[in-house]
Amino acid sequence: MSNIPANLKFAESNEWILVEGSTGTVGISDYAQNQLSDIVFAEIVVAEGDEIKQGDTIATIESVKAAADVYSPVSGKIVAINEDLGAAPEVINSSPYEAAWIIKIELSDPAELKPLMDAVAYGAHVESQG
Amino acid sequence: MFTPHTDADREAMLRAIGIDHLADLFKVVPAKHRFPDLALPPAETEMEAVAELQNLAWANESARDLACFLGAGAYNHYVPAAVDAVLRRGEFLTAYTPYQPELSQGTLQAIFEYQSLVAALTGMDVSNASHYDGATAVAEAVNMAYANFRGKRAKIVLSPALHPQYRQTVRTYSTDSPLQLVGDGPESDLNAGPEALLPLIDGETALVVVQYPDFFGRVYDYTSLAEAAHAAGALLCVAINPMALGMLKTPGQMGADIVTGEGQPLGIPMSFGGPYLGLFATRKEFVRKMAGRLVGESIDNRGQLAYVLTLTAREQHIRREKATSNICSNQGLMALGSAVYMSLLGKNGLRQVAELNYHKAHHAAARIHDLPKYSLWSGAPFFNEFVIQCPLPVAEINDLLLEHDILGGYDLSQDYPALTHHMLVAVTEMNSHEEIEMLVEALREVSNG
Amino acid sequence: MGEPQLCDLSVPGRQGIRFPQPDVPLSDLPPAGLLRDELPLPEMSELEVIRHYTRLSQLNYSIDTGYYPLGSCTMKYNPKVNEETVRLPGFAYAHPLQPVETVQGSLVLLYNLQEWLKEIGGFAGITLQPAAGAHGELTGVLIIRAYHRSRGDHKRDKILIPDSAHGTNPATSAMSGLRVVELKSDARGNVDLEALKLECDDTLAGLMLTNPNTLGLFDENVEEVIHMVHQAGGLVYGDGANMNALLGIVRPGDLGIDVLHYNLHKTFSTPHGGGGPGSGPVGVAENLVDFLPGPIVDVIDMGDEETPPLYGLVQPPKSIGRVKAFHGHFGMAVRAYTYLVMHGAQGLRQIAEMAVLNANYLLSRLRDTYHLPYDRVCMHEFVLEGRWPEVPDVHALDIAKRLMDYKFHPPTNYFPLIVHEALMIEPTETESKETLDTFADAMLKIAEEAHTNPQLLKDAPHNTPVGRVDEVKAAKELVLCCGVSALDRE
Repeated sequence: MSNIPANLKFAESNEWILVEGSTGTVGISDYAQNQLSDIVFAEIVVAEGDEIKQGDTIATIESVKAAADVYSPVSGKIVAINEDLGAAPEVINSSPYEAAWIIKIELSDPAELKPLMDAVAYGAHVESQG
Repeated sequence: MFTPHTDADREAMLRAIGIDHLADLFKVVPAKHRFPDLALPPAETEMEAVAELQNLAWANESARDLACFLGAGAYNHYVPAAVDAVLRRGEFLTAYTPYQPELSQGTLQAIFEYQSLVAALTGMDVSNASHYDGATAVAEAVNMAYANFRGKRAKIVLSPALHPQYRQTVRTYSTDSPLQLVGDGPESDLNAGPEALLPLIDGETALVVVQYPDFFGRVYDYTSLAEAAHAAGALLCVAINPMALGMLKTPGQMGADIVTGEGQPLGIPMSFGGPYLGLFATRKEFVRKMAGRLVGESIDNRGQLAYVLTLTAREQHIRREKATSNICSNQGLMALGSAVYMSLLGKNGLRQVAELNYHKAHHAAARIHDLPKYSLWSGAPFFNEFVIQCPLPVAEINDLLLEHDILGGYDLSQDYPALTHHMLVAVTEMNSHEEIEMLVEALREVSNG
Repeated sequence: MGEPQLCDLSVPGRQGIRFPQPDVPLSDLPPAGLLRDELPLPEMSELEVIRHYTRLSQLNYSIDTGYYPLGSCTMKYNPKVNEETVRLPGFAYAHPLQPVETVQGSLVLLYNLQEWLKEIGGFAGITLQPAAGAHGELTGVLIIRAYHRSRGDHKRDKILIPDSAHGTNPATSAMSGLRVVELKSDARGNVDLEALKLECDDTLAGLMLTNPNTLGLFDENVEEVIHMVHQAGGLVYGDGANMNALLGIVRPGDLGIDVLHYNLHKTFSTPHGGGGPGSGPVGVAENLVDFLPGPIVDVIDMGDEETPPLYGLVQPPKSIGRVKAFHGHFGMAVRAYTYLVMHGAQGLRQIAEMAVLNANYLLSRLRDTYHLPYDRVCMHEFVLEGRWPEVPDVHALDIAKRLMDYKFHPPTNYFPLIVHEALMIEPTETESKETLDTFADAMLKIAEEAHTNPQLLKDAPHNTPVGRVDEVKAAKELVLCCGVSALDRE
């Protein structure tokens, strides 16, 4: 059973977002890290100050058997990136919701949050993946 | 014919499957196209096949029959007997790609060592397990540079002295792409060195590509070009002849970001153009952007040192449409051959053969330059190839040289219309003093007659 | 103890091969600034080099040692005679840029091979230039794109690729700047016709089809599939990796395939060499002949009663350009040529028949023990599931590793992606019934072990030079060179 914190919203592509005021923090879910298995590499491909759109690639993550792009669930301006992720990508496996946050973003369009799944809906989504 | 089945085997198998006729296995194939009559010559036994191939081979004249002064990207070098002895071992020749490391430590360690040798030779941090050839290696370098800048820089500066076939290959790969290829147009000043490229390098440039020695045989130090590229935020790729690196300063020392090359001079026969060996090396910060297989060191579950294909998540079988390249096969056997060659020659042997090439080529160049009506085209330093200006079109001279059993140099007018009477001459350790004299005398005779 | 690395075997002062002293006067070397100071290559005697590589070779599995049931790789016997003919001096010492009059032997060989491959596949034109299958795919996709653009059609940027396809297919399409859309397979393993219909519009550049597909199944609607794509204005690319099932059985060109790559290192017996070189000739239908990469070999002078025809190199009029330097992998062409002259039409048909017979026989021995997701007569390969619901901890990987203890190379694992825990098995026609039976016996024994003593599988292999390798460590602590510590992660 994967861990799905109740206070987060989730995209179908397995990213989570924690919204505090007008700032969102984004990472990938416990289910996603489990699917990838041991992560050996992570690279954030955006920088502080970048204006991005919902769906833009923000990071690339690799394990020995898979590679995945991480997409931003919202549009906005990047206010911080997790500089520690490159040196220790394995934290994505051990702490996907805390230490392995990827970006912090100033939301430009909060309406984009509405169609995202809440924890319950995401839990059902994960179940259906089999 | 290599199928072992007897009639009894076939019958037993059909029974086990539960069908009566072999043809029943193909019912799914549309009837009107099933079992076509192929118009092919009747089958021959091994004896007959060998005789047929022998006749075809005898219809060729080769560097065995002719004194070879032709280079231009493929060279007549000596291949030590031990190289082929290793390549013919069935355990190397008939092994598959080492996807199951427990069964392929031989191939994996050999490729790991090949990577190490290429990195050492080129002065770079890492090499991959090879690309198809020198031309496709440059095309992959272009892709790598473009991907590195995530599409924000689309200009590629190509030296006009980069092998014409390499530039053609890059153009085929980048047809209809956002890439802009500049620097090698018909208006380029072929007499100029790499400084002619400086004005083209700017904030749009992803990659600058030069050759070392260049297609005309000239040797330049690309250090200031590397500095200029880096100052503009661009990368530098140097396409090498690995034999020249037996004695010359490495592109790594000059500041190159990517080194590609044609590895054929390292113990691979000319074989009418292939299979050859695409060398590809880079700095450690680019290792994940490099296409192609990589062998890494690790340990096994018994605590032993073991080798394995690594960073495979970059490759096509996992990334699929997101892979930076579609490359699957490498040139495994040729990489192995070049590693055996480099081990056999070692640090002293490779330097020795490089210097032999150097001295013979310089002697030949001096002798030809002394001939009235011929002159050396460039005063730049060179390794084992140089351009001579001739009194007649090169095609005519080469016809006459053939009558003396000499394979003349490359006719540059085929690729560079301004170089109407210019021949690219290659001299290697295989050209004896006598052969060089023969060439000089024949050239003299041709210019008189 | 493993085999030491070259850098550990090196002893200063040793040299394997020596060269003669220069027989010409010496010239001044270039200025010191252009010379390298260090040349850090190993120093070994020839015997040490030979021993090192011989011992390394003994750590390898190979076709010459044993059976490799790798699906879609066609690990058939690599005839030794091929190694003789490729080394004939007239071939080995020919320079690619020699005047054509001096290399008529090589050109005739290439021309004949072109003609024979066209005949086998049912194509009007062909290039031998691509260096490998993936390279052939790139060539084919570039030809398709050039064809549409030449007709002023720039809308067509979509390539359809079945979900069972080899990874090179989507990678190649993306490399060519085309949009990849995945097509579902139906319950019988065919291309889903409804899904295909939805995608047949004016943005369709083409469909990349592997037939038989990676499930080993011949598409039951192949003519309909091709027709639909053509009706929509698209072209069909055939991935010829599985040609071994079709030799003399059906010609892809006759079915309507517009462009197809051959793998000489699969179907036509050229050796795998531990990962290459391959060779990927590309055959095309009449409407695409002008776009082939150049140069190709053709008759440039018909000759007469006294003089034979002269062969040379020509550039197709609307060629997409070169895809590599020189003419292609001549060394692999010689081997394929030798193979073809020894088989003729009847021999080729026998290859396909025996390959398909072997696969169906092996399937009959295994299907009661391993789940067969697509229950149809297979072609030259088949896919089983390497798992049992009652032993959920046992995966295809474990079965694969345990097979090594039985002295077999495992089948292809985890591919195609549409089958869970896939085991893709291709016997090829050069394996005997005894080998197939021994392999089947091993597979049955392993199935039993999976249920009674699964730890044997989890800990496998036990009898190989090394055990399971830590791939995570290999990726995290990158050591890609001798004597260098792990590359810094920055």
